[in-house]
Amino acid sequence: MLAWTVYISFIGVLVLMLLPAGRARLARIVALLAALIGLGIALAAIFQREPDAGIETITQRAWIPGLGINYFLAVDGISLTLAVLTGVAAVVGILFSWNVEHRVKEFFAFYLALIGGVYGVFLSFDLFLLFVFYELAIIPKYFLIAIWGSTNKEYGAMKLALYSFVGSAMVLIGIVAAYVVSGAKTMNLVELAQYSFPASFQHWAFPLVFVGFAILAGLWPFHTWAPTGHVAAPTAASMLLAGVVMKLGAYGALRVAMTLFPEGLAEWRYAIGLLAVIGIVYGATVALIQKDFKFVIGYSSVSHMGFVLLGLVTINTIGLSGAVLQMFSHGIIAGLLFGVVGRMVYDRTHTRDLPLLEGLGLGRALPFAAGTFAVAGFASMGLPGFSGFAAEFQVLLGAWQAFPTFAVLAGFGILVGIAYTLRVLQKAFFNEAVPSPEAQAHPLPPISVPERLGAVILLGATLIIGIYPNLLLDLIGPSFSSHLFDRLLREGRPF
Amino acid sequence: MSYLQLLGLVAPETIVVITALVVLGLDLLILREQPLRHRFWMGAAFAAFGCVLAAAWLLFINSPTHPAGEVSGALPLLRGMFVDDGLVRLVKVALLGLTVFTIAISMESSFTGHVGEYLALILLATVGMMFLVSAEDILMIFISLELTSLSLYILTAFNKRNVKSAEAALKYFLFGGMSAAFTLFGLSLVYGLSGSTGLREIAAKLEQPALDPLLVAAIVMTVIGFGFKVAAVPFHLWAPDAYQGAPTPSAAFIASGSKVASFFVFAKVMMLGFAHAGGSGSWHAYAPGWLPVLAVVAVASMLLGNLAAIAQSNVKRLLAYSAIAHGGYALLGILANGPSGVTSLVYYVVTYGLTVLGAFGVVGLVEERAGEARISDFAGLGRREPLLAFCMMIFMLSLAGIPPLAGFFGKFYVFTAAVGGAKDLGLLWLVIFAIAMSAVSLYYYLQVLKQIYVVPVSAESGSLGAPISSRIVLAVIAFGVVALGCAPDFLVGRLLAAIKLAAL
Amino acid sequence: MNGFPIISILTFVPLAGAILLIGLHSRQKGLARGLALGFSLLNLVLAVTLWAQFDPRSSGLQFVERHEWIKSLGAQYFVGVDGLGALMVLLTALVVPIAILASWRIDEKVPIFFSLVLFLQSGLFGTFTALNFFHWFIFWEISLVPAFFLIKFWGGTQRTAAATQFFIYTMVGSVAMLLSFLALYSVTGTFDFMELADKGRSGEIASQMIVKVTAWQIFNRDQLPLVIFAGVFLGFAVKVPLVPFHTWLPTTYAEAPTSVTMLLTGLMSKMGVYGFLRILLPIFPDQMRMVMTPLLWLAVATIVLPACAAFAQRDLKRMFAYSSINHLGYCLLGIFALAKLTQADASWNLQKSAVLNGVLLQMFNHGLTAPILFCFIAFLEQRSGGLRGVDDFGGLRKAAPVFCGLMGIAIFASLGLPGLNGFIGEFLIFKGSFPLATWATALSVLGLLVTAIFLLTMLQRVFSGPLNGKWSGLADLSWKERLIVLPALALMLIIGVYPQLLIGKINTTVIAMVENMKF
Repeated sequence: MLAWTVYISFIGVLVLMLLPAGRARLARIVALLAALIGLGIALAAIFQREPDAGIETITQRAWIPGLGINYFLAVDGISLTLAVLTGVAAVVGILFSWNVEHRVKEFFAFYLALIGGVYGVFLSFDLFLLFVFYELAIIPKYFLIAIWGSTNKEYGAMKLALYSFVGSAMVLIGIVAAYVVSGAKTMNLVELAQYSFPASFQHWAFPLVFVGFAILAGLWPFHTWAPTGHVAAPTAASMLLAGVVMKLGAYGALRVAMTLFPEGLAEWRYAIGLLAVIGIVYGATVALIQKDFKFVIGYSSVSHMGFVLLGLVTINTIGLSGAVLQMFSHGIIAGLLFGVVGRMVYDRTHTRDLPLLEGLGLGRALPFAAGTFAVAGFASMGLPGFSGFAAEFQVLLGAWQAFPTFAVLAGFGILVGIAYTLRVLQKAFFNEAVPSPEAQAHPLPPISVPERLGAVILLGATLIIGIYPNLLLDLIGPSFSSHLFDRLLREGRPF
Repeated sequence: MSYLQLLGLVAPETIVVITALVVLGLDLLILREQPLRHRFWMGAAFAAFGCVLAAAWLLFINSPTHPAGEVSGALPLLRGMFVDDGLVRLVKVALLGLTVFTIAISMESSFTGHVGEYLALILLATVGMMFLVSAEDILMIFISLELTSLSLYILTAFNKRNVKSAEAALKYFLFGGMSAAFTLFGLSLVYGLSGSTGLREIAAKLEQPALDPLLVAAIVMTVIGFGFKVAAVPFHLWAPDAYQGAPTPSAAFIASGSKVASFFVFAKVMMLGFAHAGGSGSWHAYAPGWLPVLAVVAVASMLLGNLAAIAQSNVKRLLAYSAIAHGGYALLGILANGPSGVTSLVYYVVTYGLTVLGAFGVVGLVEERAGEARISDFAGLGRREPLLAFCMMIFMLSLAGIPPLAGFFGKFYVFTAAVGGAKDLGLLWLVIFAIAMSAVSLYYYLQVLKQIYVVPVSAESGSLGAPISSRIVLAVIAFGVVALGCAPDFLVGRLLAAIKLAAL
Repeated sequence: MNGFPIISILTFVPLAGAILLIGLHSRQKGLARGLALGFSLLNLVLAVTLWAQFDPRSSGLQFVERHEWIKSLGAQYFVGVDGLGALMVLLTALVVPIAILASWRIDEKVPIFFSLVLFLQSGLFGTFTALNFFHWFIFWEISLVPAFFLIKFWGGTQRTAAATQFFIYTMVGSVAMLLSFLALYSVTGTFDFMELADKGRSGEIASQMIVKVTAWQIFNRDQLPLVIFAGVFLGFAVKVPLVPFHTWLPTTYAEAPTSVTMLLTGLMSKMGVYGFLRILLPIFPDQMRMVMTPLLWLAVATIVLPACAAFAQRDLKRMFAYSSINHLGYCLLGIFALAKLTQADASWNLQKSAVLNGVLLQMFNHGLTAPILFCFIAFLEQRSGGLRGVDDFGGLRKAAPVFCGLMGIAIFASLGLPGLNGFIGEFLIFKGSFPLATWATALSVLGLLVTAIFLLTMLQRVFSGPLNGKWSGLADLSWKERLIVLPALALMLIIGVYPQLLIGKINTTVIAMVENMKF
């Protein structure tokens, strides 16, 4: 059933392509419907899932038998969590792009294609299939940004596409080499993960594949696509970029690089942990001095994804499930922040320049946006009660056991995170400046119903998971006891 | 073996030759007074029919059998002058398919009034290619190569109204002639060393631990000769001009069908003929032979092809450089030096041929309208011609190697084969280089797509007014690219089955 | 009342009120005020019920509720109160209605204001009752948010800077504390305060830490527990605040709207002291002892320096802000003195019980007195149009005798006049601490002196002397205003005369805590 999340998205693409031109409203509804069905399927799967079900096969049939490649979709708790995230982000993204009027049909077609690819990555347990879906997601991203983006869009789009492609090229090298070295003529991830690759091979294959994936997760110093890409992207696309696409990278790093090459990980984990922590602090610090509202959020994403990567290399169950939870949490929160900045503010004021926004008195003009951003900001800075806290809490807990120094440094990153969130909150919304008479003469259009709906969905999600993280932790935690992670948990740690 | 038997064996080739003659005669005698469009249609229909007939013969009739009766592989005739096995048949079918598509995209063009001659030349070139893939004898190889080449030279020059066409043809001819000389020289050295013309016998005769300097010269000469044919760097200089100047369908044919045949026979000559002179191109384990030579050529092709393509403003030149780069990737299949190398190579060049054919089809339509094929002429195609634009997107992305399109799997397969081809991942360095270069290539393909989809439509440019038939053909090709990418087993499965039986 | 989740109800009633209020339209001011007061009174009733039901003979936790929350993290929903908790709950329930009444005149975004106040109250209740770190930390942190907005939107001219400073400072402490607790969890595997206290007492934490934490690179392993301790300590020290972590306080108190200052000084500062008692002292007895001497110096500094600083202030609010630090310094003095290693005999226990009783009383008294003082300042500000400099007034006694009289009572309570509530707490602290930390206690007396001086000077400047002509028409306290302050003043008097009212309930807890201390 869960496979239909992928199919329904691509069916949506087809339907949209066949729609007559000019039926903007219909296109929106079709897209929303497809996204809603996807979300519904994902949610239903959560409720049907037994807690200790392990890896459940959805469908498995020979695809290219000559090379041992199967069409193998399956699901474990991690996939399921991220599938739900994708569903939520997809629905809300569409709600937030209800006002797109330019080439609507194509917009949603690319959008759904991206969503379909993302679902596919999360559900693939065949390495080749996973890679196919992973690359499939690159092109829609490019067009979404290049056509519907704003500032410097073509540059941002190209940069993103090339970074992603370079990353996936690195991954491809690793995959091909692993396939050949194992000699098992299989691309089945679970089977490959059982194979002990020679240590000397893992030594170079691991960083290659891990970094290849982590580029998309915004690993410092390969993160530079992220801020420019996020800024250039239209609202829905930046929501998806930060919300799910960056998760693709982290997911791949976990699912492929770490499970296949645990010994390599053991050798490199300090280096990667260090990069992750630098990312946390650096992203937060740079966010602190940005003038463009969206750049702040863009860099904050780099910082928050640092927590995911840090959690991954802790290689203990707490840290790992914290990382996965952080993927979910950041997906929701970053989506919300980008939604407010891109849709609620930028589409109305046509500026993201913080000094300019300061003069608009947005706190009064758009109280709903201000409130939403405030709550989202608090969630983003990791205040307890929101999902971000539950996640970062676990990541730090895991990091304490693995590398305490990094945990402390990451804690410092949290503080800087608080600082930039407060700064941007005050500059953009809650400032003392009196709006100019001109601004008062032209009141901004009120926040529309789809926007409110989208914001409420995301706020609800982060609150529910923040207060009762068990909803997801019960899915995520047991996943790490499946065979896939055997070697990782056994050999990934040097001690 | 009687001549009748022989004729039965070469029946597909015979059918194509007859078709060529019939088309020529038909056009000359009956259709002369008809309007150009009708002549093209009729001629094309006949030509395509002939090709389909030949393909059907290959697929269904007289499948090669061993004397013992079991379905089998190689049936060498006359010491390898004509080989007929499952693999060769598959390649031939693919060649015929590419020919049909080439004919289909030239149907609506108006660069020439000599319809019969044009179509006949295409068919004759196809015959040459078919013989080429069947040959395991250096003499036969050279003759079929020349048959193909001569037809292609003329096809390049076919647009007599365009000076560039003539210039391109002259360049192509001069370079081609030179390459033929090199090939001949190399092959004659081989004959001199081995005293034999059959590839397998040559290999057997040349089996010795140390490399004879003469053999080295022979290898280098042969590589140079074939390097010209497949437009590998540094023997690529003719390609950009020829692609740009030639009438678009001719260029497409040079890039597709001719490539398939040349690569296939290139692989055969190297793997069969120089089976014991491979040496090693592995990292830190270099040994002289044809492998290191080819590795250098491959690296140079990928590097120069991709980097030069970035700088192009004309889509046809861009495709030419991209073809050079793709030649480099395809060489990896030969470098894999084994059965999986051959299957991956065939898959790669066939899907590449199909894709590039489609790309040239779209380019031709744009050129017809705009007079040229600069990248900027594609601006806003996404709005003006949604279907064609979508097809172009598929072709470009497939060339860039984006899944789930055929180009992606082709690359993946070739890379896998190359990595597995040498001991201890010896060729991994080459694959890493190839993958890195393929990441570069995305940039220029996206530049084209950016014009198509992102750049707004300028006021005066409207729909291309492309005929419905071209649209259908291109859509079919695009579908083929997608289908071969989504279900590569359709081709890969057959190739693997065939290669198991073929003695390669 | 067995099984009746009174603490949960207590915590979530204000939250429900907050949510209800935020839904109101900004024009429904009266309704908002009324609802807020209603909710806070309801809480008062509940808290008083809890206080009355609290069994003074039992030293254990009462009204316990415990539910699994996040099993994999050892996070539980675990609440309960002992004497300390019950006292704090009562204090919170008392102060919030007063603060709400004192902010009756706020006219901007009324529903949101009161919603935030109730939200804050909920956070306070949670902090004072939660007994599992995960659970507790949520409330500890979340109470910052309403405080931040209350200052940010309704504060004085420097409010943005003040709010940010307040938030960031506290957050620095919180993050340090979070990291420390994560470290604790990774060696002990529990977030339960009670279990942690047991392990702390038995020395298990320190020994486990040395065994389990293998990857620490910066510090010597033996010092690790001390580093962890420092993190937690920082969190509380900022909140109380302890000199030198106090620099956020004067600005924040001065810029916050007065009713919010009441909450900040009366309740939020107690969160810090509460943390010292509930967490730091039981879990890190050895570490406390190791750094006791420097801590005592800091406590002395906290007592003396702010008193001197208050002396130099011209702004009444700033003056009382510094005075507030000074008063909390006594609590800290007592707490640090408690850490002293002594023989386990009855006389030492008696001294320690006296100190602890004193600390608890001082918490409650300060929590009551300081808000009332700020409340008076609020009344004064309303009359003077925002002026609140020491030198802006003079001879107010003539114009507003009732105001001056009542405020005088509060000031005397604050400087510890016998017969009023302030005295008994400070007396017990000094009495008990003297044998435990003689020199520090002696030095601290200096603080008492300075406090007396500056409070009396202020009294003189503002109330006595020639009447400043500007204020001759100053209105005296209205009946409504008297109704607000009188109950609280009465309570001060009652406690001053009959401290047994509180001590009776908390004494068992205090004795148990003292006995549990490691000797």
